[in-house]
Amino acid sequence: MTRPLVAIRSVAKNFGEFQALKNVSLDVWPGEVMCLIGASGSGKTTLLRCINQLAAIDAGGIWLDGELLGVREQGGRLHRLSEREIGRQRLKTGMVFQRFNLFPHMTALENITEGPTQVQGRKADEVRAEATELLRRVGLAAKAGSYPAQLSGGQQQRVAIARALAMKPMLMLFDEPTSALDPELVGEVLAVMKELAKSGMTMMVVTHELGFAREVADRVVYMDQGAIVEQGRACDVLGAPREERTKAFLSAVI
Amino acid sequence: MKPAPALADGFPDLSGMQIAREPHWFRWISAALIVLVLAAIARAFANGQIEWSYVGRFLTAKVILEGIVNTMVMAVLAMALGIVLGIVVAIMRLSPNPVLKTVAAGYTWLFRGTPLILQLLLWFNLALVFPTIGIPGLWSARAVDVMTPFLAALLGLGINQGAYTSEVMRAGMLSVDIGQYEAAQAIGMGRLRALRRIVLPQAMRVVIPPLGNEFIGMVKATSLASVIQYPELLHNAENIYYANSRVIELLIVAGLWYLLVVSILTPLQMLLERRFARGTLRLAR
Repeated sequence: MTRPLVAIRSVAKNFGEFQALKNVSLDVWPGEVMCLIGASGSGKTTLLRCINQLAAIDAGGIWLDGELLGVREQGGRLHRLSEREIGRQRLKTGMVFQRFNLFPHMTALENITEGPTQVQGRKADEVRAEATELLRRVGLAAKAGSYPAQLSGGQQQRVAIARALAMKPMLMLFDEPTSALDPELVGEVLAVMKELAKSGMTMMVVTHELGFAREVADRVVYMDQGAIVEQGRACDVLGAPREERTKAFLSAVI
Repeated sequence: MKPAPALADGFPDLSGMQIAREPHWFRWISAALIVLVLAAIARAFANGQIEWSYVGRFLTAKVILEGIVNTMVMAVLAMALGIVLGIVVAIMRLSPNPVLKTVAAGYTWLFRGTPLILQLLLWFNLALVFPTIGIPGLWSARAVDVMTPFLAALLGLGINQGAYTSEVMRAGMLSVDIGQYEAAQAIGMGRLRALRRIVLPQAMRVVIPPLGNEFIGMVKATSLASVIQYPELLHNAENIYYANSRVIELLIVAGLWYLLVVSILTPLQMLLERRFARGTLRLAR
C-alpha cells in the first residue's frame, strides 16, 4: 500500500459561526474499515459529507485515489471544479444515508439501476442483471419489484446499500446507517455491512454501534467538537482509551 | 397491595349486544328543507320566461359544437404552454443563480399582477405598438397578420398561466425532501438530471390536484378570449343570441357545456393522480 485511498489534510468546515471541523487530518488505506464515533455535533457526519462533496470544505484539502476533490490548483490558486467534474468525482464514493433516501417513485430494482443507466450510461439489461445480483447479495432477491413504502426500514437500508454498490465505488461511506431503524432491524443491516467489509471494500462508517466497531473495524476514530481526539485499533480505543474525553464518551454510551 | 384476583367482579358481560341505530333527526329535517328549496327554484325556472325548446335545439348546434372544440383546443394548448413555462420558471426561481432568480420573480410579478383580460387585449393589439414584426434580415411580417385571435389568446392565456403554474411547481419541488437531492447527487447526478429524474416525478404527485384546479380555471378563462374574437364557446353563443335575442337560453347552453367538460375532467384528474402516486399507495386496502 503505497498511498492512502483517502488523504484528509488540515480540513476545516464552518456553518456560519459554528466550526464543524477544525484542522482535521486523516488517512484511510485501501481495504480498511474505519469507524467514526463521537457525540452528535462532533463533526463525524460532516467529515463524510465533505468526502462525498455534499458539503464544500472551507480550508485544507481532501484527496481521493490521489485526486484533489472539489478544486483544481492553478497558478497558486484554487479554482472550484464544475458540477460535472464534481459529479464524476462522486462516482468513486458510495453513500448510505441515515434516512435511506430511496427514491419512493421507483421500485427497489429501479432504485439500483437508476445511477448506472442514467449517469454512467450503461446498457439496461447488463445493469439489470448486476442489480438483481446485488439484491440477492443483500438478501432481497424477492423484493425487486417492491416500492420503498412496501419495505421495512432494514430492507430499505439494504436496498440503499445495493444502490450505492451498483456504481462500483472504491470507497463506501455510511452515515449512521442503523440509527433510524427499529432495534430488531439493526442486525440485518450490520450483517450486510460485515459481509461487505469481509469482501475487502474500503469503508468509513459513522456509527453508534460500538459492538459493530469492535468486531469489524480495523481502526476506530473518536471525534469531539470538530476534531479527532483519539484513533487506533478498535480494541485499544474502545477497550483501553488513553484520552479523558474518550473515556467519558464511552462510559456515557455503554 | 394484595395480589389481584384474575378479574374483578361487577362488570357485566356486553359481548353479543349490538349498538343501536341513532335516529339522526336533524339529517332528515335538513334534507327535507333542501328538497323544498330546490323544488321551488325548479318551479320558478320552469315558469320563468325561458324557452326550453331553444336550449334543447341549440345544445348541439354546429356553431356551439365548434365553439366547445375551440375552447378545449385553446385550454389544452394554453395549459401546456403554461406548464412548460411554469416548470422552467420554477427551476429558475430555485436555482442558485441570482440573475435567473430575479428574472423568474419578475415574470411572476408582471403576469400575475395585471388582469388577464387586459393581457389578452394587449397581445391582440400588439400591432398598434409594432406594425411589423420579425427577425431583422431574415423574416418579417405585418403584426396584424401574425397576431390572429388564436395566437393572441394562446400567448395571453398561456403566459399568464405560466406565472401561476410556476408557483404551484415551486411548491411541489420544495415539498420533496432534501435527502432526495442528496441521494441523487450521491449517485453522480447533476442538478438538472436530479430535477428531471428524481424531484419532478415526486413533485408531480403534489402538484396534480392544484394543477387540475388550474386547468378547470383555464377551461373557463378561455371565455375571456371572446373579447378578442376567438371563436370559442361563449363567443359563438353570443353571436347566436345577437341574431335571435334568445340571450338566457344560449347562456344556459354554454353553461351546460362548461359544466359537462368540468365534470369529465374531475375523474380524469383522479386517474392521473393514481399514476403519479406510484410507490406511495399503501398495500392493498
